[in-house]
Amino acid sequence: MAALRREGRRFATPLISPRPIAAIRSPFLSEEDAPLGVRSISTQIVRNRMKSVKNIQKITKAMKMVAASKLRAIQVKAENSRGLWQPFTALLGDTPTVDAKKNVIVTISSDKGLCGGINSTAVKISKSLHKLNSGPDKENKYVILGEKAKAILVRDSKKDIELIITELQKNPLNYTQVSVLADDILKNVEFDALRIIYSKFHSVVSFLPTMATVLSPELVEREAESGGKLGELDSYEIEGGETKGEILQNLAEFQFSCVMFNAVLENACSEQGARMSAMDSSSRNAGEMLDRLTLTYNRTRQASITTELIEIISGASALEG
Amino acid sequence: MFRQASRLLARASAVTRSRAFSSQVPAAPAVDSTFVESWKKVNPNMEPPKTPSVYMTPRPQTPTSIPSKLTVNFVLPYASELSAKEVDMVIVPASTGQMGVLPGHVPTIAELKPGVLSVHDGNDTKKYFVSSGFAFIHANSVADIIAVEAVPIDQIDPSLVQKGLAEFNQKLSSATTDLEKAEAQIGVDVHSALNSALTG
Repeated sequence: MAALRREGRRFATPLISPRPIAAIRSPFLSEEDAPLGVRSISTQIVRNRMKSVKNIQKITKAMKMVAASKLRAIQVKAENSRGLWQPFTALLGDTPTVDAKKNVIVTISSDKGLCGGINSTAVKISKSLHKLNSGPDKENKYVILGEKAKAILVRDSKKDIELIITELQKNPLNYTQVSVLADDILKNVEFDALRIIYSKFHSVVSFLPTMATVLSPELVEREAESGGKLGELDSYEIEGGETKGEILQNLAEFQFSCVMFNAVLENACSEQGARMSAMDSSSRNAGEMLDRLTLTYNRTRQASITTELIEIISGASALEG
Repeated sequence: MFRQASRLLARASAVTRSRAFSSQVPAAPAVDSTFVESWKKVNPNMEPPKTPSVYMTPRPQTPTSIPSKLTVNFVLPYASELSAKEVDMVIVPASTGQMGVLPGHVPTIAELKPGVLSVHDGNDTKKYFVSSGFAFIHANSVADIIAVEAVPIDQIDPSLVQKGLAEFNQKLSSATTDLEKAEAQIGVDVHSALNSALTG
């Protein structure tokens, strides 16, 4: 009995996945004070474990396939929309270091989890930007798209959050939906500079956190007057509209909706790509765990058979001799 | 004063960098060094986020003489209809009327109204009906046209246009609130523009 228990304990330790916690003993050990003669309980435990790990492997493989097919669909859209923001950057330049009193940080994240680290990187960058742009009379506000960023930011920056938008991907993403969203944001939030944080889809394994800046028309005028990157803006003739201010207002709003459209699509692609790689590594880990459990199972099974044989043989020899 | 200095520094560094890479193929990141430095002060352990100018191919410099062809980028949210295509002339439907753009055109920002955009290259012309948008013409003879929707003219069905025009006219006359009136007016404008595009 004691021998069985000792044997059981030696083989039960590899039961616990060696990955994080190698030293903790299995909770099943206490139930291993099995009635004498029932040798198969320890194999039962290992078998149960193996079944659940196999199920996990199947689920994560299926999730990877689903993410791959969703990625294929949305990647085409994202790549087609890449030309949309380029004219605006060519005209107005890219001004991440602009000095603005009212900064609004638009953080784009996903609604669902299990997608690797993209959401936490986006939130970390938003928080750093908040710190970067903090000053005596500057204020920073958040507009959050997506459940995951909301969960993190609501905890410590609740008073700075202006708007929270979730369930963006319930219907397939299209420009009309995003422009309505952009309109909502522009109406309800006062801003001098909008900074949009998203993960740009570089490739299936690489997602680059990116920050796009959209300036309000007043800030554009101010920057154009003081020279610098927007200095040549004054040399452009304005066609249409009554005043230059009106055109700049329309321009800023159009720019915001175009940049948002691209950002939302790229973020969705990054989410699916990150989910693919996360599920892929998960199924690979499950496969390795299954291999180790199989070895343990065979060892346990053989050990119990050997013990039975020994007992029979020693019993028989005791009778003879 | 410090702000001016940093902006001048950024401009100087950006200009030299873009001049160096203007003849090379893309992948020439014009990273904003002041941003990277200020980021490092706040968060030294993390990489700063990239900015969109890194992903763009830098635009060519303003040439000294007027080039022979106009480079057109015509983009829509769902596709880049024309990207860096060399053409002779484009006619854009600006809100002040049809505007012809030739190489060497003065830099302009034009707001577009629903109308016909035609691209002339040698002897062939392609006409699109655009809903609205903006057109930027830069000093280096690059024209960027951004529209929300654009359809080649031959894909428009005249009977549907007539039906739509009648319907919106009727809505305009029966509209009560300002919002309904505005929506109906927009519908009438677009359909009459479509009509004249098909006939004209």
